[in-house]
Amino acid sequence: MPEFLQYGFMLRALIAGLAVAAICPAIGLFLVLRRLSLIADTLAHVSLGGVALGLLLGFPPTLGALGVALVGAAGIERLRASGRLPGEAALAIFLSGGFAVAVVLLSFARGFNADLFAYLFGSLLTVSPLDLLLILGLGALVGGTVVLFYKELFAITFNEELARVAGIPVGAINLLLTLLTALTVVIAMRVVGILLVSAMLVIPTVTALQLSRSFRSALTLAVLFALAAVLGGLIAAYYLNLAAGGAIVLVALAFFAGVSLVSRGPAHQNA
Amino acid sequence: MRLVDMSALVELREVSLQSEGEVILDRINLRVEQGDFLGIIGPNGAGKTTLLRIILGLQPLSSGTVILFGQPVETFRDWARLGYIPQRVALDPRFPATVAEVVASGLTGRTGLFRSPGPDAARAVEEALQLVGMAHHRQRLVGRLSVGQQQRALIARALVTRPELLLLDEPTGGIDPEAQEQFYELLQTLNRSHAVTLILVTHDIAVVGSAVRKLACLNRRLVFHGEPKEFLSDAALSSLYGAPVHLLSHRH
Repeated sequence: MPEFLQYGFMLRALIAGLAVAAICPAIGLFLVLRRLSLIADTLAHVSLGGVALGLLLGFPPTLGALGVALVGAAGIERLRASGRLPGEAALAIFLSGGFAVAVVLLSFARGFNADLFAYLFGSLLTVSPLDLLLILGLGALVGGTVVLFYKELFAITFNEELARVAGIPVGAINLLLTLLTALTVVIAMRVVGILLVSAMLVIPTVTALQLSRSFRSALTLAVLFALAAVLGGLIAAYYLNLAAGGAIVLVALAFFAGVSLVSRGPAHQNA
Repeated sequence: MRLVDMSALVELREVSLQSEGEVILDRINLRVEQGDFLGIIGPNGAGKTTLLRIILGLQPLSSGTVILFGQPVETFRDWARLGYIPQRVALDPRFPATVAEVVASGLTGRTGLFRSPGPDAARAVEEALQLVGMAHHRQRLVGRLSVGQQQRALIARALVTRPELLLLDEPTGGIDPEAQEQFYELLQTLNRSHAVTLILVTHDIAVVGSAVRKLACLNRRLVFHGEPKEFLSDAALSSLYGAPVHLLSHRH
């Protein structure tokens, strides 16, 4: 066993990180192709309000984040589907509004800086056995749901109107995707932090898109890039004493840069 | 109340649409029977695409009734019985799906939630690809195909459920003349040999004379509905378009 895995906290960090790596791109691929990448960032900022509530009122901040993110997801989808605002403007309202609420709540909760930093920037190395269970449970829920609704998610991603004419409940599937994004954000928050969550959904996905030859291969490659980024980032964090969340995202970015340089894939040829 | 006519695949009764005080469609009555190949023509802004979207239940009406396969469109659920090819789907060249994946996605609605497509799906995809002459492109990325090939892939996607009715909105936009000719041959084969009823919205008036069996001319209201040869005189076309129109025939 490698040296860094002889510690329980590192083993937990690795398992949690790999679980997050398997889930994030599976949701990220659908979001990126539908030009909804900003939803992840929005829900991450909204969920900070839940973290703040948890810190203030003394219940587990992750549960607060989960509740607030799910409610936020439903609200975003409702505002977006109503068509009253351009999609991105609806997201911007939730992103800034959610963050503002969190900042105000946190101003009442002085003395929580250390805890807050763990959520803002991730704290993979302090994942408790209970955290790990939560990550694995929610991860299995997200992964299983994506497998179950894969064909519907593909159909609405390819073309929403064609999906509607084919009798697919487009509104319900859109809501499902947004709720799954909320769950994914909460799971990933512990690993890379609120401020870097969307990186885990987007970067492995856009890396894979440059090489993929089919939708399934895009999904598989994206998950593989994310797994490699977590593994590489965690090892770098351990041996070089770096912040794990930042190291993981930097490794993911390095993959993206490397693939962009050598790729002759679709993005490269048609850009 | 009139009884539902089961012989018509599509029936529009007094369909009207107003938007912001403007009349978009005015009391349209139209029947499409099994085996028809109906061309809908009309000038820009005549409401052709809107009419198609109304038939598909994508656009709410101001008044009137749309009946699909004997059922009001609001309660119609048997969507696998019809296929739709929209006006030029803007495909991102980086969209990472193969032709086969796109065609297979046409089966999603029929398969239903929580179910796998099953062993027949691959055969249905292959048959649809063969029918439109795209079998050798099955593993290519759909975004990398020419516009004509993309259109064929979308038709294969619409055909994969073996629909009885196919609705096409300006399907030859951006396709070169040779590919257009092949395209209309394909539509005629579908109509004659595979008994697919077709509704084709087009601005290409020359097509309708030789390809379609029936013609509907729309300019917010239905100006004409009948056999193409009854209508395709320069004078009649000019009255529809409000300017002199000279028909140049080309072979399809």
